[in-house]
Amino acid sequence: MEYQAKELFAKHDVPVTLGTVVEKAEDASAAAEALGGRVVVKAQVKIGGRGKAGGVKLAENPDEAVARANDILGMDIKGHTVHRVLLAPTADIAEEYYFSFLVDRANRNYLCIASIEGGVEIEEVARTNPDAVAKVAIDPQTGVDDAKAAEIVSATRFPAEVADEAKDVVKKLWDVFIKEDASLVEVNPLVRLGDGHLEALDGKVTLDENAEFRHEDHAKFEDKAAADPLEQQAKEKGLNYVKLDGSVGIIGNGAGLVMSTLDVVAYAGEAHSGVKPANFLDIGGGASAEVMANGLHIILGDPQVKSVFVNVFGGITACDEVANGIVHALELLGDEANKPLVVRLDGNNVEEGRRILNDANHPLVTLAETMDGGADRAAELAAQ
Amino acid sequence: MAIFLNESSKVIVQGMTGSEGKKHTQRMLTSGTNIVGGVNPKKAGQSVDFDGGSVPVFGSVQEAIDATGADVSVVFVPPAGTKGAVIEAVDAGMPLVVVITEGVPVHDTAELFSYAQAKGTTRVIGPNCPGLISPGKSNAGIIPADITKGGRVGLVSKSGTLTYQMMYELRDFGFSSAVGIGGDPIIGTTHIDCLQAFQDDPETDAIVMIGEIGGDAEERAAAYIKDNVTKPVVGYVAGFTAPEGKTMGHAGAIVSGSSGTAQAKKEALEEVGVKVGKTPSETAQLMRDILQNL
Repeated sequence: MEYQAKELFAKHDVPVTLGTVVEKAEDASAAAEALGGRVVVKAQVKIGGRGKAGGVKLAENPDEAVARANDILGMDIKGHTVHRVLLAPTADIAEEYYFSFLVDRANRNYLCIASIEGGVEIEEVARTNPDAVAKVAIDPQTGVDDAKAAEIVSATRFPAEVADEAKDVVKKLWDVFIKEDASLVEVNPLVRLGDGHLEALDGKVTLDENAEFRHEDHAKFEDKAAADPLEQQAKEKGLNYVKLDGSVGIIGNGAGLVMSTLDVVAYAGEAHSGVKPANFLDIGGGASAEVMANGLHIILGDPQVKSVFVNVFGGITACDEVANGIVHALELLGDEANKPLVVRLDGNNVEEGRRILNDANHPLVTLAETMDGGADRAAELAAQ
Repeated sequence: MAIFLNESSKVIVQGMTGSEGKKHTQRMLTSGTNIVGGVNPKKAGQSVDFDGGSVPVFGSVQEAIDATGADVSVVFVPPAGTKGAVIEAVDAGMPLVVVITEGVPVHDTAELFSYAQAKGTTRVIGPNCPGLISPGKSNAGIIPADITKGGRVGLVSKSGTLTYQMMYELRDFGFSSAVGIGGDPIIGTTHIDCLQAFQDDPETDAIVMIGEIGGDAEERAAAYIKDNVTKPVVGYVAGFTAPEGKTMGHAGAIVSGSSGTAQAKKEALEEVGVKVGKTPSETAQLMRDILQNL
């Protein structure tokens, strides 16, 4: 979120005005007073387009700040509920620029994208005026030194009067990108103020979750209030779960196979009143009884779920172990397991796995011979 | 022949003495891989007993190469040490480094890849991948060896379990090599690298290519196929119903010039004549039809 990005900017000496974050409208008065009275009230959500959605408002005085905070708190912006607003002093803006560093997947290095036409969506600038967008590739071995910063500033065509300061800001933003293990650092707009100095007026930083082990302070940026409760619960159990809005619960092993399972269920659902997958849940290669129980617990906690499709390929873990895991998981869950389960197993020891499930003869469990057949059956059950 | 890995490959394991490393070293040995050593500076000079033989532990990759002539390293070192482990292998001139480790920071991968590229003597596969197998010859990584057999189909995939699924579906035909390239934003070996190798491999008749949402690797692979691949290729793309990814910053989208959707990837492949299955089984059937008519 913006205020968090600004905290990271400030940590690396990028020129920025932090402002004050409030979660209750009544706290906006004192905060606005301390910031000089006239403030901008900005919704803090992890999504762009806040201004257009009415999530950014000007307040002339502390009373108005309370009223605007009241308007914005609790608002829904593209599915994100606003739990806090940032009060920031108004800025005297002369020009708006765009600046970002990101990981470039295609070229397997880093990329700087910058433009002197900022304040609007960069995709829009790229479409209408591609010449105004500078792209400079960065070698991970050498990074952004003085020469590279100068190259970026010159490619972007920053005005001469801010060029020196821009080089300095570019290097500080590079510090944010590298030292914080970010996959994206974006400043939009980077502004030239009336006094000629630069300031990061709004920004976004995407941190690499894989690098959390060397950034203990990043845990505070996680927004538990905004996260889906089931997603939060799954994360605490170490499960990779994404809530969707369909009615067929999905459990599988391996990200690719689970993604594929969602597709196959949606495809099968076309013939069963258009039912769709309810979630993505990857229980990983292991698929032990405990992990299976945790996964089923989360999926059955979703009131939209009408049937569950368990799709496991026994590669590293053989199918008999997975089948035992399912049987044990159903025992652990007891009455909580109340939706039909379609199970498709394939791979190592598949006959033994199917025999275990057949012998257990659980009233909710149906065995499927193939992935496509299982998806069809699960979709059919959800449509009933 | 096969690609990147064959019966004469001499494999070492970096991180062999850890729990995952040990478990999978045993599995690799059981499937016939010639494992010639492990690397752990703290346990140099010792050896680890496995079912089927004892494997010596060396203090460094260089020592392991000097003593055994190893030409492949499989890396199980935890994320914090992965970059260092790969750079050590690159410095020692190891021709192939297969990085199984999941959860490597993307900056570390960017650095180790550009380091390997600058040296120009090491191919990196992964990270966050299941490795590769040339069935009946050698197995470097965690792909289960007993779900398929040797044959003349080449397979390249971003996903581990979809690799296994496809190997199993086409087990009656068998595979020359199957390569799991990994699903991280930056990977050492791409679809294109594998397509090129399979095209050049006289023991591969046809290729299955499995992709998934994100980036534009599949679109670029499609363009490559159009100009360079004459062997039949069948494709599968996962993620049609996946919601917009949280990890894809919007500035990233304009870099690739593509939205990274499964639909766009499927269309790009179909445009160059690659048949794309709607499900993994349908994809296997498409390949089956091709193989029966070769």
